[in-house]
Amino acid sequence: MTPEAAATGDVRGRASIAAVATPPSARRGPWRRPLAWLLRHPTLAFGALLLIAMAAIAIAAPWLATHDPDDIDPLARLQPPTAEHRFGTDALGRDVYSRTLLGARVSLAVGVAVAAISATIGIVLGLVAGFVRPLEGVLMRTMDGLMAIPGILLAIAAMAVVRASLATVIVAITIPEVPRVVRLVRSLALTLREQLYVEAARAVGTRLPAILWRHVLPNMMAPLIVQATFVAASAVLIEAALSFLGVGVPGQTPSWGNMMAEGRNFVAVAFHIILYPGLFLATTVLAINLLGDGLRDALDPRLARQL
Amino acid sequence: MRSTRASHASSEAGMSDAALLEVDGLRVDFPGLDGAARAVDGVSWRLEAGRTLGLVGESGCGKSVTALAILRLLAAPPARIDGAIRFRGVDLLALDERAMRRIRGDRISMIFQEPMTSLNPVLTIGRQIGETVALHQKVGSRETLERAVEMLRLVRIAEPQQHVGEYPHQLSGGMRQRVMIAMALACHPDVLVADEPTTALDVTIQAQILALLRELKDRLGMAMLLITHDLGVVAQTCDRVVVMYAGRKVEEASTLDLFDQPLHPYTRALMASMPSLNTQAKRLVEIAGLVPDPRAMPAGCSFASRCALADERCRVETPQLQALAGDHLVACFAAQEGRG
Repeated sequence: MTPEAAATGDVRGRASIAAVATPPSARRGPWRRPLAWLLRHPTLAFGALLLIAMAAIAIAAPWLATHDPDDIDPLARLQPPTAEHRFGTDALGRDVYSRTLLGARVSLAVGVAVAAISATIGIVLGLVAGFVRPLEGVLMRTMDGLMAIPGILLAIAAMAVVRASLATVIVAITIPEVPRVVRLVRSLALTLREQLYVEAARAVGTRLPAILWRHVLPNMMAPLIVQATFVAASAVLIEAALSFLGVGVPGQTPSWGNMMAEGRNFVAVAFHIILYPGLFLATTVLAINLLGDGLRDALDPRLARQL
Repeated sequence: MRSTRASHASSEAGMSDAALLEVDGLRVDFPGLDGAARAVDGVSWRLEAGRTLGLVGESGCGKSVTALAILRLLAAPPARIDGAIRFRGVDLLALDERAMRRIRGDRISMIFQEPMTSLNPVLTIGRQIGETVALHQKVGSRETLERAVEMLRLVRIAEPQQHVGEYPHQLSGGMRQRVMIAMALACHPDVLVADEPTTALDVTIQAQILALLRELKDRLGMAMLLITHDLGVVAQTCDRVVVMYAGRKVEEASTLDLFDQPLHPYTRALMASMPSLNTQAKRLVEIAGLVPDPRAMPAGCSFASRCALADERCRVETPQLQALAGDHLVACFAAQEGRG
């Protein structure tokens, strides 16, 4: 046993040298240099830039607008884009440019709110389904039932029973989005539940809520963030569709869906009424999807290498 | 073997008769569609304060299930656990979940086989070590961090102040296992359950970790249950050894007696299958066959199908544990009858 003891001492010395020699670059996290990190993921950078621009437009809309968006001008109906009306006017002579800018507020508010609310509810229900065995069956079958109904149909049905407002639209869109998040969270929870570090946490006496908060939730953040971006993109589209069908935000509120609904009768003579809100809508959805794709690649380097 | 003797002598002075941890007739079943699988079948042993007990056997013989049962980490149901696990005379199986949580990590701690996956990748190691402290002792966050640094120093991690803020992926396997040990020992438990603590590490690191465990055990005066399939590890570390086969205890002896005179054919086969520096053999010796399916245990001795000494009686009757030569227990007809 003596030669082995000698070997032990020797190796311990070497191990401490190796520990000291760890290069400083290994200690730098991805957030230490956010700009460099962003530049390594161009999809993410482009999506984020586009979305930030859209958010800036939404926030600054009242100052960027050239006209009162509700100002009716019967003498200037269906005008093509001019210096006075950059995106032209609609059937009531309202300024399409000003209305489009303000419409960004509705779309982004709906996107962000639906993503946040459905993620929160989905995390709670998904963790319950993953960690509380007796409730799993009831909860997941309910979610399966919800998923069997097309999302837009469910949202239309929900809107049919309540008064139209921004808040009710958000709720109506959230309901069909929740099951998707629940399923994702549950499947992640089932994987993480079997991780040794969760068992190790239990072995030192951690309670279930603390395990969920400290060990399970942080480890599912990456896929959850990605899923949330896709929920946001889908919510923006559904909101536009609801408004287009006349069951979304109230008609007087400028939203891209409302504007396109009003403009569809005049497509042949005044295409610009549909064109600009449509372009903004497409850009917003594209920005959110690029952000989501970029985040997925950035947060899961293994997946990025496969593609 | 020198260190084993030394720890014998030092712990004998403070040893009392009452066992710190006593497993009595432990039985664990996993009911399944095609019959219950009996993972542990009536195993009993005692662990005295300051001692190290080795639990030896090949994969699937119930070692880890025993460890998980002690900390009540097996989900029950589905598992059915019978028997008694007494810690300082209190039956752990009868405690409610709250009382059990207070024991886990504080009085009885566990380290796992896989240091690569036993640490949470998104928490710094300081926070993970601190978690144990914060759970069981009322201390502020700064003090918790200081304790984490102190624990890292105790497990011989160089520059603990620096490493305490690092994430698991920045550490090597050996360092991670040291962090796991620091986590488990942060509250100075009375019993450390080490489930194959060195299996996933390479040989040189194994020796370091074992030396560290031995040293910390003596320094903190705790008892250790060491689960392993490596008899070399047992020889270096344990005072007493329990050999398990197919969920049963087949032999128990002090480490010296066991290596001096292994009685059960399974123990002998395990020893024969250890590669030795002294032999010129080209092929490693193996034990032919596999552990029988726990859902369909054969009648008689469960080792009979792989045993060279098995006769008719072994295939029909189950041998019971019998003390031979003082406190050397063995469950084997051949050994008890003195043949083979």
